[in-house]
Amino acid sequence: MTRVPEESTIFPSSTPSSAAPSASTPSTSMPRHGSAPAPRGSARPRRKIGLGRKVKPGLLHRVWAVPSIILGLLFTLGPICVIVAFSFMSRPDVGGGVKFAFSTEGYRKLLFREDFFGNSYFDPRYLEVFWTSLWMALVTTAVCIALAFPIALWISMRTERTQRILVLLVTIPFWTNLIVRTYAWMLILNDNGPINAFATAFGFGTQHMLYTTGASLIGLIYTFLPFAILPMYSALSGFDFRLAEAAYDLGATKGVVLRRIILRAARPGILSGIALCLIPAFGSYVQPVLLGGGRVLMVGNLISSQFSEARNWPFGAAISTVILVITLLAALVASVMGNRSARKAGESA
Amino acid sequence: MASATAGAKGAMFRVARAVRSGLVSAFGAPSIVAHAAASRKPPTAILNATSTPALTTATATAPTNATVRLTRDAAVDRREAGLTVGRARKTFISAEDKEVKAIDDVSLAVNAGEFFIMLGPSGCGKTTLLRSIAGLETLDAGEIYIGDQRIDNLPPYERPVNTVFQSYALFPHMTVAENIAFGLEMEKKPKKQIDATVAEMLDLVHLSEFGRRRPSQLSGGQQQRVALARALAKKPKVLLLDESLSALDFKLRRQMQTELKRIQRETGITFIFVTHDQEEALSMGDRIAVFHNGRPEQIGTPEQIYDEPVDRFVADFIGDINFIDARITGPREIETAGVRLAVAQDLSGFATGKGVSAAIRPERITLMPRGKADGAGAGAGAAGPTFDGKPVFDGTVTESMFMGFDMRVHVRLATGETVMTRLAPPFDASLIAPGTPVSLGVESDHIRVVER
Repeated sequence: MTRVPEESTIFPSSTPSSAAPSASTPSTSMPRHGSAPAPRGSARPRRKIGLGRKVKPGLLHRVWAVPSIILGLLFTLGPICVIVAFSFMSRPDVGGGVKFAFSTEGYRKLLFREDFFGNSYFDPRYLEVFWTSLWMALVTTAVCIALAFPIALWISMRTERTQRILVLLVTIPFWTNLIVRTYAWMLILNDNGPINAFATAFGFGTQHMLYTTGASLIGLIYTFLPFAILPMYSALSGFDFRLAEAAYDLGATKGVVLRRIILRAARPGILSGIALCLIPAFGSYVQPVLLGGGRVLMVGNLISSQFSEARNWPFGAAISTVILVITLLAALVASVMGNRSARKAGESA
Repeated sequence: MASATAGAKGAMFRVARAVRSGLVSAFGAPSIVAHAAASRKPPTAILNATSTPALTTATATAPTNATVRLTRDAAVDRREAGLTVGRARKTFISAEDKEVKAIDDVSLAVNAGEFFIMLGPSGCGKTTLLRSIAGLETLDAGEIYIGDQRIDNLPPYERPVNTVFQSYALFPHMTVAENIAFGLEMEKKPKKQIDATVAEMLDLVHLSEFGRRRPSQLSGGQQQRVALARALAKKPKVLLLDESLSALDFKLRRQMQTELKRIQRETGITFIFVTHDQEEALSMGDRIAVFHNGRPEQIGTPEQIYDEPVDRFVADFIGDINFIDARITGPREIETAGVRLAVAQDLSGFATGKGVSAAIRPERITLMPRGKADGAGAGAGAAGPTFDGKPVFDGTVTESMFMGFDMRVHVRLATGETVMTRLAPPFDASLIAPGTPVSLGVESDHIRVVER
């Protein structure tokens, strides 16, 4: 039987997937792959394990899963419920926090501004923040995917031992706090940093890199590159390179082999990588503040400022809820499309 | 932002290129592109091991122009052959830093339209040679021609050969029809023509109903046929099959062997089939090359390989055989187990008195009761006791094994050597009990003398 590389796991076991808590949700809802035979899992007969029924040795009774499930639900859904609830409350007269009175003010503020006399005007300022976040996330994702593909391909072609070491190297950033790592970038991009030392030594003069949009993009790309490499490596590590040989043998040039065979095998990894980069990058907070100097506001910064300086908790909660809904909708659409293409593949077969 | 992405794009392509060149070296063909241009040179004069592509020059179109030197003495006209390999060499560096001669000065000529088998144990170089013909490995030295076209310097995608891989290597994300069409799409054939060829190929391998399935939805035997159809769709001059049936179970393999023979007959394409299964080789091949240590020990028809093995390795590798210590006593006579035997083989190549092995197939040995042979052998001449003209050895049955279609009987000779013989049914119960004294008879032209 030929192997079906599409079915490999998103992450190799060595990867601490907990390092991406916000990303783990979309990765499961992303389309795995169209061509994977759909009825595989459903064809397996289900074993019934109920209370009072004899359970096979080695299998835990499902009652034991209940505490974990409750805790899990509490941790995942709890904060979301609080945020959604807050978004429909109103501001207290002074300070932060919320007043327990229903209001849609937070959502209205996203699009409209009220002047002193109570007239509403369309206000594009917050939409612009969304737009900025989106294109920065898109650029980050595009660059990460483009960089990650050759890296992942290169890793997957090493010997097994080397592969393990290289994957470990890719995960090294996860071992340190993001803020510490971003500070390191501040030192590197600094006017007196090593890059500028080189630039001045070769007569280019000091380049102001820190506190620019470019700097935040570098920070974002740096942060999310491993999230693009790992799923793609995972998809490619199961790739049978004899398929590439077969394609050569059938008259395909190297470019065609790369496009039609290898890139195709990496596709589920690429899709996961896009989800893992795009969604968290959209809401990133640290890089625009530390590297961008707060000049470019992203959605994450907008939210945080509402909970701190602006002391408008309902508005902050409303923005968070909007992002959540957008993300969920995107994931839903992707999942439906994935299912449809999988069904199509099944029908044609 | 624009400049940032542009820079990143450039970097991406640089990395991609680096990765791609790494990819090729991973396939063991680092210089396929570099040599591509050299192949356009006109055919060379007499080719020998010292000539390199850069040094060879074209001369007038004399008949000798088209010969490939197979050894220092022999040369063949490659225009009449389907595929010619001339003095090919390839050395690998093993894990222990030792040089391993995977292909050790191999020369052979495969006739056009022939079913040619490269047979040998694993690591004998047969697969490396096949991959070199396909272009997936690069030779250190030597030439490969298909008809008049030199191909060893062409990249795999420009060679008029196609391969059926051991693992089938079907593209999992494509349907059966798309798999078969892939090679034709590479040739930029019109869609209509591709569809027609795909249908024709599916019909050839009896899979017309399966065009829209995916490889994972097919059985091993069906996948095998798809791999065959995919390779044949390109209408190659030579089809290479790399251990193509070894993944199939016994019955299916038998069936596919017949099928392959049929397809080869129908298409008239030269087949080069690599296998380690001697039975498969004997039953399918027009000719067989038995490989050992990176070179063919013997090339011949299945009958030649089976009945007239040139050395101990070939004799031992093909089928069951007995080796009995013997000594050369004349140009057509040996002495073994105290008996002088006349042999049909010309032994002038061996020095008189030299210790050799007499190789005898079990089914060529006649098992008979001891007394019968003694009586008949009374009038035997210098060649010792005989029975119906067969020289006779005395021995004792040590073991008998029922194999279904025959009985294997082990007989210990007076010299202490054990000889295996096959008894066809109906089995004579008086001959097979351990401890029974018996006599063994063998025709003189069924004794093969090989180096010890």
